[in-house]
Amino acid sequence: MHTQTPDLDLIQLVLAGNSAMYAQLVERHQNFVFTIVLRYLKSREDAEEVAQDVFVKAYRSLADFKGTSKFSTWLYTIATTSSLSFLRKKKVEVHSLDDERIFAAADIIDSGLRANGIEQKSRIAMVTEAIKMLSVDDAQIITLFYKGEQTLEEIAQIVNKEPNAVKVQLHRARTRLKEKMQKHFAAEVKDIY
Amino acid sequence: MNNSSLQNSPLEHGDIEARLWEYIDGLSTETSAIEILVRENSEWKAKYTELLEVHQLMGKTELEHPSLRFTKNVMDEIARFQIAPATKKYINTKIIWGLAAFFIAIIVGFLGYGVSQIDWSAADSSSSALGVDLGAVDYSRMFDNSIVNGFMMVNILLGLLLLDRFLNMKRKAYREEGYRA
Repeated sequence: MHTQTPDLDLIQLVLAGNSAMYAQLVERHQNFVFTIVLRYLKSREDAEEVAQDVFVKAYRSLADFKGTSKFSTWLYTIATTSSLSFLRKKKVEVHSLDDERIFAAADIIDSGLRANGIEQKSRIAMVTEAIKMLSVDDAQIITLFYKGEQTLEEIAQIVNKEPNAVKVQLHRARTRLKEKMQKHFAAEVKDIY
Repeated sequence: MNNSSLQNSPLEHGDIEARLWEYIDGLSTETSAIEILVRENSEWKAKYTELLEVHQLMGKTELEHPSLRFTKNVMDEIARFQIAPATKKYINTKIIWGLAAFFIAIIVGFLGYGVSQIDWSAADSSSSALGVDLGAVDYSRMFDNSIVNGFMMVNILLGLLLLDRFLNMKRKAYREEGYRA
């Protein structure tokens, strides 16, 4: 059975001079870092540039990683701050809850899903699209919790908030996600809600 | 277990959801009570089924994928860089201690000099609560002295040099940090 080398072991190897091992860390975390960045920046090109920069920054600061938290938690913190810095520099407008373009996109997705029928895959796609319609903060918290395997305490560290505030925000994000699904994917969710 | 109060009390819809989410997330402090409610109360059961399905769907959502060249691009990029030494290694604590020692030495020096200038024989112990007649201290003698003035100037210059060096180091460290973060 193939077992993954733990992140900390790979980091030790990289710090010892075996920089090629860093590729494994990149492979392991790239999708998640890219997703987190894409929550902030809607352009895939910009998100790829920032995500790449996140890994370069993490590499250069690797000696500062103390191992008191998970490498992923540290990495996602860099991803969050890098995305915000990029937005500040470029003054890119963050999509709001009432962005008309999102609603227009939702209608297209909605009709596509209807055409494809209500299968499990479509439902997953529907939830994925509904998450994209949430505010950046809500989408990020749901992504970190469900896909990043981060605890509430770790998410609190990443977003620089208290764990209790994160818990409340997660609950509200899920409520808003439900509202989005009911509003934009009414036909698909009628047997869920 | 007594769940009658839980079952009989009228609960807000949102309250049921909040408690069920806590239960689903494994954060609930009333696990067994909720288990019974989900089993016996149709409203709770329906809501639980609904939330559990959403919970499972959220867990199955797919992550975005960057381009296939992503890892190669990162590796090409990092080949141009070295791993920076840990921050604590390049902030020299000797400088911090040097500055502290410098200022303490100045304070102690001035106090010592001031005390040495007091005319103890002229002091009247009854004239002051401290037992020292502060009026008897000739302050003008302390600063009207070319040696003392020279000493102060040298100290100030040294202090400014040390401060400049310290601030330069901090600025470099800050820039480095800003570049890396």
